[in-house]
Amino acid sequence: MSILADQSTRVAVQGLTGSQGRFHGLRNRAYGTQVVAGVTPGRGGNDVEGIPVFDTVAGAVEETGADATLVFVPPKTAARAVLEAADAGVRLIVCITEGIPMHDEVEVSSYLRRNHPDTRLVGPNCPGVISPGRCNIGITPGEIALAGGPVGVVSRSGTLTYQALHELTRLGIGQTTCVGIGGDPVPGTGFIECLRRFEADAETGAVILIGEIGGSEEEEAAEFIAAEMTKPVVAYIAGVTAPTGRRMGHAGAIVSGSRGGARSKMDALHRAGVEVVDDPTEVGSRMGSVVAGLAPRASGDGAGS
Amino acid sequence: MDLFEYQGKQLLARHGVAVPEGAAADTPEETVAAADTLGYPVVVKAQVQVGGRGKAGGIRVATDAGEARSHAQAMLDRRLRGHVVRRLWVERACDIDAEYYASFTLDRSARLHLAMVSSRGGVDIETVAEEDPAAIARLHVDPLDGLTTADARLLVEQAGLDLRAADQLAEVLVGLWKVYSEADAELVEVNPIVVTSDGGVLALDAKVTLDESAFYRHPEWDDLRAFQVLDERERLARAHGLNYIGLAGTVGIIGNGAGLVMSTLDVVNKVGGTAANFLDVGGGAGADLVAAALEVVNSDPNVRAILVNIFGGITRGDQVAQGIVEALSRVDLRSPIVVRLDGTNAVEGRAILASHQSDRLVSEPTMLAAAQRAVDLAASGVPLR
Repeated sequence: MSILADQSTRVAVQGLTGSQGRFHGLRNRAYGTQVVAGVTPGRGGNDVEGIPVFDTVAGAVEETGADATLVFVPPKTAARAVLEAADAGVRLIVCITEGIPMHDEVEVSSYLRRNHPDTRLVGPNCPGVISPGRCNIGITPGEIALAGGPVGVVSRSGTLTYQALHELTRLGIGQTTCVGIGGDPVPGTGFIECLRRFEADAETGAVILIGEIGGSEEEEAAEFIAAEMTKPVVAYIAGVTAPTGRRMGHAGAIVSGSRGGARSKMDALHRAGVEVVDDPTEVGSRMGSVVAGLAPRASGDGAGS
Repeated sequence: MDLFEYQGKQLLARHGVAVPEGAAADTPEETVAAADTLGYPVVVKAQVQVGGRGKAGGIRVATDAGEARSHAQAMLDRRLRGHVVRRLWVERACDIDAEYYASFTLDRSARLHLAMVSSRGGVDIETVAEEDPAAIARLHVDPLDGLTTADARLLVEQAGLDLRAADQLAEVLVGLWKVYSEADAELVEVNPIVVTSDGGVLALDAKVTLDESAFYRHPEWDDLRAFQVLDERERLARAHGLNYIGLAGTVGIIGNGAGLVMSTLDVVNKVGGTAANFLDVGGGAGADLVAAALEVVNSDPNVRAILVNIFGGITRGDQVAQGIVEALSRVDLRSPIVVRLDGTNAVEGRAILASHQSDRLVSEPTMLAAAQRAVDLAASGVPLR
């Protein structure tokens, strides 16, 4: 199994007719993803290499049965595009767009929580979701991932996600699903939502968590891991030597307290029993030893796919 | 983008929040003229983005023109806690009865905005938060509802502010919320909000950080930007739309994605080197942007080697390679470049680089090897010319 998306997920690409949407939409299809529609207002009735384009997400859902969208819409209209997808009944929205204003992101988050609690937004400013061998919804280069599990990956950083997949694949360790949750201050999906799914997923035997400085999501994830996870977790936190920017007000510090720095996050994860590596190139090899120590899975669960 | 106090106050005033009457001054003459117009006593405040300004002599009261002039002369063009004072803000002094604290910012954990109000204004609020957290009233604000007057009244009461001024204080809080939400601010913090002896309520300071992602819908920010203090490297980077932070080391670093760049800094540090900068070309960088990034890093005289670390997703390796090749022919590069390229179109990119391999351009297969090579080259110390 995989989390969030698999070979049955039917994807509409919002912004398929733009250069990024086209490049990655077609690449996702070539990977084997069911890319069933594109959405660009005013371009309905056209097609992109055989993928029908619709004016609205609702139209795409009605005609093609799309149940997920991949958003490549520019920052000015990306928030509206996400809400349109949610209102059209899409259950998974993966938003790649970088540079959406913070206030728009909070509004989207509130709107979804209030009106569409079952809709899952991944991103924005993220590489997307890839379940190797099943589907790739986003911009992750498919060739760096390896199907078959047993490792789940969740990461705040796009490029470090690729780095981790690359290391795992080079060592012959497969992945169930890799979720890039994005580095923006208001992610639609956080670490904990993904960890919970990986914990429940029969095929996932261990998880890699990649965090970075800022906010307190990693510390909260550590609390969740200590309390609710039985599967081993390997983590890397970027930014140990990062420059601290000019900090003006004090409000941010009051909100996050002593949390937010790389050391605080690494310590919290370590205390939760997570193996914390201090070099991103070690993520793969450390996971190699963890995977070697995993008990063979009980036959039956997870063998179906 | 962090605003200076006077810019923050002007923004507050535009949204109906009362601030002391004042004027900006760049010379002693302008300072005296502003003070004469406002009427004495005035407060002369150095415009620098650093804490502890008052203790360092950056806030002074003048009771006549002579004092205003001498304060201006003592502050302008001098360093205050490492920052050169280029501008003063002159404002009418007021008699203070009470000092309060108020702020709006994002609570990332709750994915909602957070209002914080305290009766303990005018002091270090972080210390208050540590020693007496109950002294800070907090309220999450859902952007779909906004901050209502009733919410603001509740905050005033919970924080234990002077209820005789409750209406005005609530009005100020609603005004600050408007600044925060309508001006696309990441932070609006006023410490102190004062109640004056004649019963007025004023914002005596203003710390405002604006969200640069929202620049497109705020053409008025051009004026604010013009006065931002950047070092020369940062100015050049911004002109190209690059995310750059200058540091003091010798290995210039270019990468795609903040996480990978931070991680590259960590790895360079681990193998014994020091980073000269943080430079994220972002997602989808084309050849032009990569060439521009090399130009910016090359303009730093401390740089002895440049490490380009790219893992392509939306960024394509062939375009990165073309940018590097373009920079080699266009820019007079003083340092060797070490490139690590993986991900989307990396094979095509590596092929382009291979045809231009020289002592100025080397490729390494892994992040660790590339960092080690760059650090070694930087340590050998000699720029190419």
